[in-house]
Amino acid sequence: MSSTRLLLKDTVLENKIFGNRILVAWLMILVLLFVIIVRLFFLQVIYHERYTTLSKSNHIKILPLRPTRGLIYDRNAVLLAENRISYSLEVTPEKIKNIDELLNNLSQIIAIDETDIAHFKKQLRQVRSFKTIPLRHRLTEDEVGRFAAHRNSFPSVEVKQNQSRYYPLGKTGVHIIGYVGRINEKELERIDKSDYMGSDYIGKTGLENFYEKELHGKTGFQQVEKNVQGRVIRTLESIPFVPGKDIYLNIDIVFQKYVEELVAKHSAAVVAIDPKTGGVLALVSMPYYDPNLFVRGIDVKTYHSLRDSPARPLINRAIRGQYPPGSTIKAFVGLAGLEYGIRSTRSRTWCRGWYSLKGQKHRYRDWKKTGHGSMNLHTALEQSCDVYFYSLAYDLGIDRLHTFMKRFGFGEKTGIDISGEMSGLMPSREWKQSRRGKRWFPGETIITGIGQGFMLATPLQLAVATATLSNRGVFKQPRVVFAMDDGRQNEMTVVKPTVKTTIVLKYNTYWDAAIGGMKAVVHGRRGTAKKVGRNSPYRFAGKTGTAQVITIKQSESYNASKLAKKYHDHALFVAFAPLNNPRIALSVIVENGGGGSKTAAPIAKKAMDFYLLRKSRLRLAKKKVTTPP
Amino acid sequence: MPTNRNNNHFLHLDKPLLLSLVLLSSLGLVVLYSASSQNFDLIMRQIMRILAGFVIMLGLAQINVQKIIRWVPWLYLIGIVLLVLVLIIGESSKGSQRWINLGLFRFQPSELMKLALPLMVAWYIAHKPVPPSYGRLFLALIIIVIPVFLVAKEPDLGTSLLIASSGLFVLLLSGMSWRLISGFFITSISCLPVLWYFMHDYQRRRVLTLLNPETDPLGAGYHIIQSKIAIGSGGFYGKGWLNGTQSQLQFLPERTTDFVFAVYSEEFGLLGILVLLCIYFFVLTRGMYIAMRAQDTFARLLAGSLILTFFVYIFVNIGMVIGLLPVVGLPLPLISYGGTSIVTLMAGFGLIMAVHTHRRLLEH
Repeated sequence: MSSTRLLLKDTVLENKIFGNRILVAWLMILVLLFVIIVRLFFLQVIYHERYTTLSKSNHIKILPLRPTRGLIYDRNAVLLAENRISYSLEVTPEKIKNIDELLNNLSQIIAIDETDIAHFKKQLRQVRSFKTIPLRHRLTEDEVGRFAAHRNSFPSVEVKQNQSRYYPLGKTGVHIIGYVGRINEKELERIDKSDYMGSDYIGKTGLENFYEKELHGKTGFQQVEKNVQGRVIRTLESIPFVPGKDIYLNIDIVFQKYVEELVAKHSAAVVAIDPKTGGVLALVSMPYYDPNLFVRGIDVKTYHSLRDSPARPLINRAIRGQYPPGSTIKAFVGLAGLEYGIRSTRSRTWCRGWYSLKGQKHRYRDWKKTGHGSMNLHTALEQSCDVYFYSLAYDLGIDRLHTFMKRFGFGEKTGIDISGEMSGLMPSREWKQSRRGKRWFPGETIITGIGQGFMLATPLQLAVATATLSNRGVFKQPRVVFAMDDGRQNEMTVVKPTVKTTIVLKYNTYWDAAIGGMKAVVHGRRGTAKKVGRNSPYRFAGKTGTAQVITIKQSESYNASKLAKKYHDHALFVAFAPLNNPRIALSVIVENGGGGSKTAAPIAKKAMDFYLLRKSRLRLAKKKVTTPP
Repeated sequence: MPTNRNNNHFLHLDKPLLLSLVLLSSLGLVVLYSASSQNFDLIMRQIMRILAGFVIMLGLAQINVQKIIRWVPWLYLIGIVLLVLVLIIGESSKGSQRWINLGLFRFQPSELMKLALPLMVAWYIAHKPVPPSYGRLFLALIIIVIPVFLVAKEPDLGTSLLIASSGLFVLLLSGMSWRLISGFFITSISCLPVLWYFMHDYQRRRVLTLLNPETDPLGAGYHIIQSKIAIGSGGFYGKGWLNGTQSQLQFLPERTTDFVFAVYSEEFGLLGILVLLCIYFFVLTRGMYIAMRAQDTFARLLAGSLILTFFVYIFVNIGMVIGLLPVVGLPLPLISYGGTSIVTLMAGFGLIMAVHTHRRLLEH
């Protein structure tokens, strides 16, 4: 039993310690009780008057102050997204006597449909009774007038002025800017509810979604006193809202619109990047749609027709479209051959129109049936010889090819500041084993060498990789936003271009070889796109590509006229210009457009001409620009 | 048990403590009657609970603490097992899983732990001479951390805070060196920025709202604003019983439970508050006196810890209602409407009384 042990303890010391501790605790309690009393003295005696007033007319309400959403401008301060005033019909629940009667009477004056009512009733259950709930958005002027005439019969209803998003250029740039829409239930779970107390809209796609936090701003609050009728008598305290930041894009909207018109007849995507900064100059996905439809709340029929249209206008092909890149990647494969020492710039491969592995019958065909003859890297790029790259890819093996291509961003998201980017696919042994459950076959390496087979890339990835090539390895993260302006100081904050990585090759001359080959594509005597390079006032580099949509059997040949349009090859072209001081790198893909040189290259050339040759339209942004320290 | 002539009571009781507790709970009923808008059913339910609490208190007061001491580790273990069970098969209500269904009745294991933990830590510390060695302090901390973690996981932060403090008070009273205490304090404070760094944005936001509810005037801040209006408008003399407009007109949320102090302040004013605080202070002082007079380490640590935990209740609740502390859901002891906590509190006072009235028996 412990009592015997207890007696052995030093009871005197223990008593002293314990007494001491209890005393300290007791004094502590006294101090804390005193703190409470002091605080209460302040509340109940010193500020008594103030709180009495508040309680007497206790109709203290807290109203959210909706922040104004940041505007979106292009690089020349052309307005792309703005806020317009609109009117909505709002109801205060605590003043409703009979909901059905009210809705019935209201609908005699103003058109209210089923979805409005359903939405309204749902909110009615969720929101505190003194907060008004919107019943109808975007009243016409006519309706506002009609309601004003009948106002006295509806004490619980009021017309409120709102700001709603408007995209003045309509379809132009929709795949960049995106749109806002009503907050849905899923989003409601994700967002900070008190911060969206006054907001009905949230960014759904594009920049509006990616920069939601910056554009939205911070909701303010107002503590107001209301009389019995619920009219605000005075404001007691208020925390002002913080407006959303305005954002300025790298996009030149005039250029964007020009490129959109170039590809208007096709299903196509074009991405143009400034290689120096990674700034996205234009990002086109065709067909497109009017974002204003979505802000208003699109009707089901229109929505379905957009969603189900075979041309898929809602899909942002530039960042979500994953295509076999075809021959556009040959320059990168060529670089891999040099870097790993598999080929020198002078190594030659004989092209007889097809390639096959030893002991195998299967023929990997060159696009030129008769063959190109003796090829080195330069001529293989110029003429886009498939056999050279078949043989090179085979010698490299998929592992090295995979590693090298990854360095240029293939198979990975570029991290562009638009929501919804896809990562493409750079196949590897491990990928095939884990995804397909099969081992890798050498034949698959061979077709990967010309950008066919499993490999997929987005137009954005192709543009970024081309920009990196033109920069001789300096990999700039693509950025749509150029600067942000929080309106506080008389200057805006520039989003610094970030270098993702710098690819260093064994010899700098390798870059010259690859770029030289691409220059020959457009300026060489036998270049696959020599037509677009002819008489060009500036020199540039490019690479054509044609991506097969369906596999042609060994015994057949490709004949466009026999195939339905949707099985036609995709036409691709990547390019950068001017050759020695690149200011623009771009990728063009035209779905089912046939050959790259025929369809895609002229589009790219026109776009570059427009960008490089027109008189400088750059106006200075309206505010002084600073770079963050 | 032989009657003790030195003890003047027929029952083992501490009269001053008993009287002040009766006074407090009666005052509580008066306030609740007003706060509940004269709801008789609610008052009856509260009276039943208080009676049950008193019965348990009187029962426990008859026990000789030395006789129950060997059951303490088992009680602690059972408590831990139940806390684990509650996380697995417990019933949830209002988003947290706190209840366990024993067929006949439902029960919160965390309430058991409110008593079991100080008992256990006191038992452990009292085994060897105080002040405890570093090694024993460390083990004692582990004894504390396990239930605190389990309760926090339910999640019930208020209760886990109480349980943690009941355990830490034992260590504090046992003579843990001031240097160690301040070291501990400084370490935990300096850990906060590190923790902050690792938190997600939304977690940070929650912490900020917790620290400054008025940035969220439509959520937690709404309570505080309304509560401050109630208290401030009460003034020095109060608006009088049943006359508090804030509470009668139902502007004040949680009027009968966590925010009952605001109702009291509105109707009885600063004067009424001083009276209430005096009664509380008397209970505290009496409890500490009992702890001082206790004759063995276990008993005094237990009594001391229980009475200090009682103060944590008072301070955290009032601090929250008057806007000094973040909103943590703890009731105002013996005043707030609410079930199990009253019974547990009374059981705690039963233990304190047991410590007091049995102390002379040791001398035989």
